[in-house]
Amino acid sequence: MKPFTYERARTPAEAAAAVARHPGAKFIAGGTNLLDLMKLQIEAPAHLVDVNALALDKIEATQEGGLRIGALVRNTALAADERVRRDYGVLARALLAGASAQLRNKATTAGNLLQRTRCPYFYDTNQPCNKRQPGSGCSAIGGYTRQHAVLGASQACIATHPSDMAVAMRALDAAVETVKPDGQRRVIPIADFHRLPGDTPHIETALEPGELITSVSLPKPLGGTHIYRKVRDRASYAFALVSVAAVVQRDGSGRVALGGVAPKPWRDAGADATLPQGAKAAAARLLAGARTTEDNAFKLPLVERTLAAVLGQARSAA
Amino acid sequence: MNSHNPLTVSRRGILIAGAATAAATSLAKDAMAANESPPANAGAVPTASVTLEVNGKPHTLNLDTRTTLLDTLREHLHLTGTKKGCDHGQCGACTVLVDGVRINACLTLAVMHPGAKVTTIEGLGTPRSLHPLQAAFVKHDGYQCGYCTPGQICSAVGMLDELRRGIPSHVSADLNTRPLLSPDELRERMSGNLCRCGAYSNIVEAITEVAGVKT
Repeated sequence: MKPFTYERARTPAEAAAAVARHPGAKFIAGGTNLLDLMKLQIEAPAHLVDVNALALDKIEATQEGGLRIGALVRNTALAADERVRRDYGVLARALLAGASAQLRNKATTAGNLLQRTRCPYFYDTNQPCNKRQPGSGCSAIGGYTRQHAVLGASQACIATHPSDMAVAMRALDAAVETVKPDGQRRVIPIADFHRLPGDTPHIETALEPGELITSVSLPKPLGGTHIYRKVRDRASYAFALVSVAAVVQRDGSGRVALGGVAPKPWRDAGADATLPQGAKAAAARLLAGARTTEDNAFKLPLVERTLAAVLGQARSAA
Repeated sequence: MNSHNPLTVSRRGILIAGAATAAATSLAKDAMAANESPPANAGAVPTASVTLEVNGKPHTLNLDTRTTLLDTLREHLHLTGTKKGCDHGQCGACTVLVDGVRINACLTLAVMHPGAKVTTIEGLGTPRSLHPLQAAFVKHDGYQCGYCTPGQICSAVGMLDELRRGIPSHVSADLNTRPLLSPDELRERMSGNLCRCGAYSNIVEAITEVAGVKT
């Protein structure tokens, strides 16, 4: 790890201002991803602003009948919350499908959204990577690409976003609430929060420098059957090859988002509309424009089959 | 073998060459030191003070801010029961309880935990008075080399508490009913602790016995 100075912030606005004031500063909350990357010197912040003392660890009802999840709510606490289990089962299931219990006990809601790709070339500091070192090239393209994106990738980067939680939040139309260094607040729909790589894969979110996530809000409950199905190489504690987050109503209508296939949780309004016609039609819409390599072409039939399993499960639950 | 081949170098030859390079480098550094003032931050690694309660004893430490909780326990407090396996949160050997909750001590900084109550394997039991899980691991032979065992036991203590608090898992069939301990639940909930000797079946037996007695 490179040396860094450290401070504990007392308010969200103070934290945002502190990061804006120090060049190369970063927020730290759970630290489970950031510290790992700092040990490898993939991240080397000169200053850390610890946000753990901020009062952002509550889950509260919103006026609209939804929930507001504080940025510091730990993944375990979010998955165990009675309201989340009852009304947003897809989110609880997605959280429980990710990482290990030890990591979920520490990892936060905001940090989960901001975690970085697990592309092995991003992690290997001996190899070029446009995300790690802008302009250096992409080692994954032409490399071993079994885990990589089939949708939304670019000539500069084909990494996937690793989060399970974010996929469920995308299906639920969550909104990310932030405060900027000047104290101004804004709300970013989850659909616009993660950016596609284009030619700037190192810019991963819509956040501005120093902008701090304060909470994530969920609209009022959708009802229906909530399913998160994750396909991975091990039964536990592994990242998704493909995952499907779905909320399906009794009449077969619903919404679906994919994980493990793109640089961000993947959703398509046209695919949602075709859901009553079955997995084949919905998968065709979701995967329109997919670009595969020999290594990751298996993800296309896997998406369709996982979606078919999810819709079958929803029918038998309804 | 052709002794004139430049690629054929003896091990002794490499050692001598290496020493020569090191000497040259050190001379170059001395020359630089004489001509250049050191960078402003040279030698001043940022530190911070933190007070932790570890196994019931308070400790105030002034630490390099980079010090993980794991390195604090092992290198500063000499509590070497907590093990460093991967140091990247993948193996679980460093699992400790912080305010009663199991976490990977390698993926958190000590300075992030002012006032925290940390429990390590040394705080769970002693050789004369074993924690029930320690006794059960011995009885069921829940290890071979033993390196992962402190992490397994601290993790199991945290896991049984999570179960008592009704926290669901990936394999819980119904999110809205209280989860019960089954072999499937136990394996899923302990998946953050790897055992490269593969003592898993005995670990499951040891934890199951203690869970059955306690609940």
